Amino acid sequence: MSPDRPLLSLQAAFTRQFVRHMRSLMASPADVANPLLFFFMVVTLFPLGLGPDPERLAAIAPGILWVVALLASLMVSAKLFASDFEDGSLEQLALAPYPLAVLVLAEVAAHWLTTGFLLALVSPLFAIMLGLPEQGLPTLVASLLFGTMCLTLIGAVGSALTVSIRRGGLLLSLLIIPLNVPVLIFGTTAVAEAVIGGNPESWLALLAGLALGSLALTPLAIGAALRVSLDS
Amino acid sequence: MWTIIHKMGSPPWFFRFSGVLVRWLLPITISLLVMGAFWGLLVAPPDFRQGNSYRIIYIHVPAAVVALAGYYVMALAGAVSLIWRIKMADITMRAAAPVGAVLTAIALVTGAIWGKPTWGAWWVWDARITSMLILFFLYLGVVALFEAYENKTAAARACAVLSLVGTVNIPIIYKSVDWWYSLHQPASIKFTGESAIDSSMLYPLLLMILAFYCLFALTVLLNMRAELLWAHRESSWLKQLAGGA
Repeated sequence: MSPDRPLLSLQAAFTRQFVRHMRSLMASPADVANPLLFFFMVVTLFPLGLGPDPERLAAIAPGILWVVALLASLMVSAKLFASDFEDGSLEQLALAPYPLAVLVLAEVAAHWLTTGFLLALVSPLFAIMLGLPEQGLPTLVASLLFGTMCLTLIGAVGSALTVSIRRGGLLLSLLIIPLNVPVLIFGTTAVAEAVIGGNPESWLALLAGLALGSLALTPLAIGAALRVSLDS
Repeated sequence: MWTIIHKMGSPPWFFRFSGVLVRWLLPITISLLVMGAFWGLLVAPPDFRQGNSYRIIYIHVPAAVVALAGYYVMALAGAVSLIWRIKMADITMRAAAPVGAVLTAIALVTGAIWGKPTWGAWWVWDARITSMLILFFLYLGVVALFEAYENKTAAARACAVLSLVGTVNIPIIYKSVDWWYSLHQPASIKFTGESAIDSSMLYPLLLMILAFYCLFALTVLLNMRAELLWAHRESSWLKQLAGGA
């Protein structure tokens, strides 16, 4: 680095990192579409496995949608840091004069926008296919917006811990599924509550709190875990 | 204070110290276990409703209590190893994880065995059982993550990060599972209803809990000693010790 170039501010570094990842994600739209397709496929499996009875499907639709969203996020977090780890850009990030936690957060944010965020936006489509009553739809979208934020951040911790391990995929699910239990419970309960005409606000507030808490704490864990992976 | 901590960080010192500790802890643990088991299984009165089948709590409850406490021991050791890079803390954490996992499994299995005659089902999705199951997964995650890393120093630090994340999460998991249960299930099973436990049953239970704490400490210490022996099998202090014995 030439000494005459002043250091970027942390904010600028974050933005640059974010834009870089958004660009590289946008460069391969198929990769962005894959989790959505996965979501679609697995949702299709449930009526095939459980029978087409609309009433029963509607009753378990919140659970199905949330479990599938969790699985989709599990699938994508497996490779969250993989390419950056392999081509050495993670090592450069770790050497940069900025907190690794902040730089990594830019990457996770870009990742969330192209997976969880999109998934939340298209979820009403699948919900209607499963016959989820309409009054549940806004809550479903809101709960998935907050919920996928938690899932992505927790998934990033797992991904950072397992990125240096060959065949870390199965291990990743063992690590992060237990941690995702509260998200699943709050999410499905919020939707179920909205469907029966109750007030889902408290559950959504809990989810939002969980999302903010993860946003504050997990970057530290992700940074520490990435340093471990780089050292090993 | 600091000298003690530094001494504890030194493997030769720890090996000798833990040797003395084990020599005391082993007879204490065995006698506590025998006394507790005798008192609980033979002397304590049968329950007026469950008869003798309730006696499994003398294994079940201590295992569950210590399994929970064990996670915090592990996470604390993880935090110490992450902050101060003390090697012995790594070894403590790694030694505690499988012991905790086994205790959780014991609690789950004894619970199922008790549940069959009492509730009429091996498995019920009760809040506590589910929380225990998730705790079991958390333990397994730490064990599996440690095994997956080739570099054991990195493995210990990765496990430390994981167990700290788990520690923050455990209260949330417990609360959420509690709410999930109270929302989804009618209270058909009264587990904590009425009876405050009678003292004739409580004292042997407390004794067994104490015995299990000792057992946990003993197993972790033995695990750590085995770990140390293996890690330092080439080092001079160990050869000296073996030669001198």
